[in-house]
Amino acid sequence: SNMCCFSDVGIRGKDIVVLGVEKKSVAKLQDERTVRKICALDEHVCMAFAGLTADARIVINRARVECQSHRLTVEDPVTVEYITRYIATLKQRYTQSNGRRPFGISALIVGFDYDGTPRLYQTDPSGTYHAWKANAIGRSAKTVREFLEKNYTDEAIAGDNEAIKLAIKALLEVVQSGGKNIELAVIRRNQPLKSKEIETLVAEIEKEKEEEAEKKKQKKST
Amino acid sequence: MALASVLSGECADFSLDFRQPFGHNCGPGQSGAECDAAPGDSVSFSVKNPMLAGDDDGVERKIEFLHGTTTLAFKFEHGVIVAVDSRATAGSYIASQTVKKVIEINPYLLGTMAGGAADCSFWERLLARQCRIYELRNKERISVAAASKLLANMVYQYKGMGLSMGTMVCGWDKRGPASCTGCCLKMGSLSTCQLIDEVEGAAVGLHHTPLRRQDSAWLYYVDSEGNRVCGDLFAVGSGSMYAYGVMDSGLRQDLTVDEACELGRRAIYQATFRDAYSGGQVNLYHVHSGGWTRISQEDVLMLHQKYRDQA
Repeated sequence: SNMCCFSDVGIRGKDIVVLGVEKKSVAKLQDERTVRKICALDEHVCMAFAGLTADARIVINRARVECQSHRLTVEDPVTVEYITRYIATLKQRYTQSNGRRPFGISALIVGFDYDGTPRLYQTDPSGTYHAWKANAIGRSAKTVREFLEKNYTDEAIAGDNEAIKLAIKALLEVVQSGGKNIELAVIRRNQPLKSKEIETLVAEIEKEKEEEAEKKKQKKST
Repeated sequence: MALASVLSGECADFSLDFRQPFGHNCGPGQSGAECDAAPGDSVSFSVKNPMLAGDDDGVERKIEFLHGTTTLAFKFEHGVIVAVDSRATAGSYIASQTVKKVIEINPYLLGTMAGGAADCSFWERLLARQCRIYELRNKERISVAAASKLLANMVYQYKGMGLSMGTMVCGWDKRGPASCTGCCLKMGSLSTCQLIDEVEGAAVGLHHTPLRRQDSAWLYYVDSEGNRVCGDLFAVGSGSMYAYGVMDSGLRQDLTVDEACELGRRAIYQATFRDAYSGGQVNLYHVHSGGWTRISQEDVLMLHQKYRDQA
């Protein structure tokens, strides 16, 4: 099916921004690499979406062209807020014209501005946008957001690895078959988008969970 | 295109079948006419070329003749000095001696005017409007590079239709050369900082600290041909050659503000001395980190007395 309402999570750290998406399990014969939910809009900005994949493709194409257009006329890369505003304006236009329907996607847009500030924005089909420290969209977004509200602390995002682990932990709350169905991408300041291998991190998280459980058992028994 | 919705009001209507050049400059079709602008005709800073008129070897001349004015700007250690004359001519008639050829786009951006008076003043006021809209939408000042690019793109749409404008956009913004706050190396156009191992020469790692862009002065020359050039020193107009001579011989990077002002003033004065189409007063501005400041307005006849008494 073309629906991709699975959960996405975005986290804004100090020197890193993290996007994690839940991949739906691919059919045996399907080439896995053609299903990409995290897309780079420019070197320093990327977005993940939840909703109709085909609609997302259109929005992403327009946003990519706008990023380059901005570089041409203003001689500076877009700020994350600018490109979010552009996408939101585009979405709003489709809610107010005849013969058109709104884009059926919510998007998480992350990146760094040229002055080094990390940013995370969320847009929805109505065309509103807000800045967030951490957010989730898609199916079970509410559960993930509640997890983030409890666990997003300054210590939790103190370092890059901590921020990444927080994203994985948040997704593990709702993802069906564990680490195999999670795809992660990070942007570090002054570096382009990178996919992250998560098997080792998921293993670490599992180990930490076990250790926590052990500690609790020991406390109870003593 | 970025900002297309803002610019769409200024888009040229390309539904015309033909293009009528309606500039002030003499074209090949005006043989026999020497200086045919009667007094009371449209005022301009441009000059009729008596050499082109009456030329009947039949060759199409597309030479843009120099505009009747002298404007100059140069960068130095403490910012940018902008100096202009204030004479407007219609043919050999001096229409005004008190024209303001520097337009104050906003408190940190200046534009100079040379060429058609209406063209310069209209497009630069439009530029001021675009800059303000940019500020409101993006909650930060527009960079000088972007402002000059907006102007260049606006007039480029009318290229070949007879606009006559030679302007300098001068300002101060925070988009100077970047340096990495982690290691304080100047990085130029690189967006990633790499530590170089001194022994091996190989890249050791990456600093993930923010880049700091310095404050810097900028000077762009933009004209109605669509040229847009960044530089340290420009003079525009029929008196520009005289001004270049004075500026080139006196310009040093370590001038004090007063010395630089005097250099700009002297350069305009010398141009008004020799060029018939420049004169009136010398208007002087200084662009620095706090924006621009109007330094002085002095009549060239007073300057003539002053320099003669000094010598």
